[in-house]
Amino acid sequence: MKNLKTVFNGMCLVLFASLLVTSCADSSSNTKSAIAAADITIKGTMKAELTAPPYVPAPVGDRPAKKLIVDMEIIEEVGEMADGVQYVYWTFGGSVPGSFIRTRVGDEVEFTLSNHPDNKLPHNIDLHAVTGPGGGATSSFVAPGHEKTFSFKTLNPGLFVYHCATAPVGMHIANGMYGLILVEPEGGLPKIDKEYYIMQGDFYTKGEYGEPGLQPFNMKKAVDEDADYVVFNGKVGALTGDNAITANVGETVRLYVGNGGPNLTSSFHVIGEIFDNVHIEGGSLINKDVQTTLIPAGGAAIVDFKVDVPGTFILVDHAIFRAFNKGALGMLKVKGENHLDIYSGVKQEGIYNPEGGTLQEMPDDGVAKATSTAPKSLAEKIASGKQLYTNTCFACHQANGKGIANAFPPLANSDYLNADVNRAIDIVLNGKIGEITVNGKKYNSVMTKQTLTNNEVADVLTYVYNSWGNNKTNVTSSQVAQIKNGH
Amino acid sequence: MRTVLRLTYCLALFWTTNAICQSKMVAIQGDTYIPLYGRDSLQVTISDFDMDIYPVTNKEYLQFVKDHPKWRRSAVLKLFADKNYLSQWGSDTALNNNQSLNAAATNVSWFAAKDYCECQGKRLPTIDEWEYVAMANEKLPDARTLKTYNEYILSWYEKPKTFNNEIGSTFKNYWGVYDLHGLVWEWTLDFNSVLVSGESRKDVDKDSNLFCGSAAIGATDLMNYAAFMRYAIRGSVKARYAMKNLGFRCVKDKKRSTDENL
Repeated sequence: MKNLKTVFNGMCLVLFASLLVTSCADSSSNTKSAIAAADITIKGTMKAELTAPPYVPAPVGDRPAKKLIVDMEIIEEVGEMADGVQYVYWTFGGSVPGSFIRTRVGDEVEFTLSNHPDNKLPHNIDLHAVTGPGGGATSSFVAPGHEKTFSFKTLNPGLFVYHCATAPVGMHIANGMYGLILVEPEGGLPKIDKEYYIMQGDFYTKGEYGEPGLQPFNMKKAVDEDADYVVFNGKVGALTGDNAITANVGETVRLYVGNGGPNLTSSFHVIGEIFDNVHIEGGSLINKDVQTTLIPAGGAAIVDFKVDVPGTFILVDHAIFRAFNKGALGMLKVKGENHLDIYSGVKQEGIYNPEGGTLQEMPDDGVAKATSTAPKSLAEKIASGKQLYTNTCFACHQANGKGIANAFPPLANSDYLNADVNRAIDIVLNGKIGEITVNGKKYNSVMTKQTLTNNEVADVLTYVYNSWGNNKTNVTSSQVAQIKNGH
Repeated sequence: MRTVLRLTYCLALFWTTNAICQSKMVAIQGDTYIPLYGRDSLQVTISDFDMDIYPVTNKEYLQFVKDHPKWRRSAVLKLFADKNYLSQWGSDTALNNNQSLNAAATNVSWFAAKDYCECQGKRLPTIDEWEYVAMANEKLPDARTLKTYNEYILSWYEKPKTFNNEIGSTFKNYWGVYDLHGLVWEWTLDFNSVLVSGESRKDVDKDSNLFCGSAAIGATDLMNYAAFMRYAIRGSVKARYAMKNLGFRCVKDKKRSTDENL
């Protein structure tokens, strides 16, 4: 009753008449908050900080609602889609996706859209955060060399897409004209350690993926929804290698993820992480413990998670061919201390033989078993080692241990081998890449790691050390175990 | 009446002083066709007319401004041209060093372009006339269904700074007209009629802007994206606007008495 009364008292009656009609029966809380937002008075004026991806402006914190000045310039420019592939991007603020806009509920945004004089085309902007016809598009349609200003009040909190809505709309969006505007609730979103801005988009080029040169937009492929590129932040590799986003172990990370489309829905996933919280579709509903969240074209999601262990976490569209064949792949690099209780890394490798044979090595107790059996005599070890050698090693190192000149180093009479038995064990266990000098000759090749048990490694090395003029070392499985556990 | 007087004055001035400025024209044979916009199955009939082979050049426009001081940058009425008007020129009566005399005159408002043509005894083409000539490629009078034709136009939209290129640098079309596509946009007499007439929309929707879904409603050929963009640019400008990528050319009716059409 009280609700109804205040509502009817308000001057907003006319403004929100339609909302009331649909929702007064269940006295929805949304109606209440919308009215409250419209009633928020602004205090002061500030110029909005705009950022290019993957960065976001500073949080609103507990600042009051203000008049927020947003100046955005439209630039048509050539950029790199991938190494050696150029594309004419149409951009909001010179980047794809466009500049990130950060507001709070109740802000009165005064938005000026300028169209650079060198541009060929008229543009406009439709912000999904706007309550009004066209989302601002009807008021912002601007010719090259001109600018338009309009204003709107942010009524609903959430993460919203903005995009160009000039005909042909699909082409404007396909060329990169989209971005995100965040409307924080009063008091701001919960504090977090790291925040990033990521937006997926699909691109349609005349040439296939990777075909070099300046690639024009292909309308037919766009209509057929046959994307050549599906990428994060406008290009292949915008978030990989040196461009990867970063965090430290123990920090919480929030990603503002949008999808510009124009066509494809994103199955957004971070490999090796579980989203603690997901603002579903960028709205107020929070889902917890999510593996993959769906982000529609023209939609967004806010995800956050704590990074517990170091490493590189891969961001993908889990429609997985897009990730590995069309570019929808990014990286989050996390630095810090290992937490082996959360993630151990590889503990043991073993042979798995389901066809009758036993597992030749079990994690942890493999070593114990080996030591519990009666030790083999040297002769037994050499005999067993010789058999292993002829199965595993001789293809490269040859039956006579002399190797192959310039390719595979000799084991016979080898200074490198005799100098360091632990190094030899390590190489058998873990392989070896790179240049070494053996008996005065340089070799630069690859030895793969061998899938042998500790006993087998001990036997085969004992055989090698007791052949061809080597120093007759007797390698034990406990030596091997020591080296293995050192890694 | 005043128009007629002014015209007479202009024409007299022109004939006595500057015969050189009369750019070459070719004859366009009229026909009936369906433009991109229009009510369902609305056909447009074009009468025979002459069209400038090339867009008006910097050289020609410079002479016009010298002859008509009211169209100088410093003198022009703000009502008839915005701040961009001839803004790239070096001075009132001189180009910038980077500008070519043979490039298309741009940063000219609709009022200025219209007056220029009238002073030559010509006029600006209507949208329908312009589109009619522009649907030709090298060989065909109507090449709109050809993939290559649409691709050529779309690719121009992606080429930066073509306004610096000289006239005649694109293809000669079926009618012998150059540069309708690939150089600059061009003013038309009724450039804003598509948007303000309300006829491009079914009567349920009076908001006849080119946005999102409503953009598609009035189109008779949804795949003609190239034309879409021309209509978009026309819809985005006002008569006093001047733009770096927007020039113009003139046409002339076949009949002698031009006045009755104005």
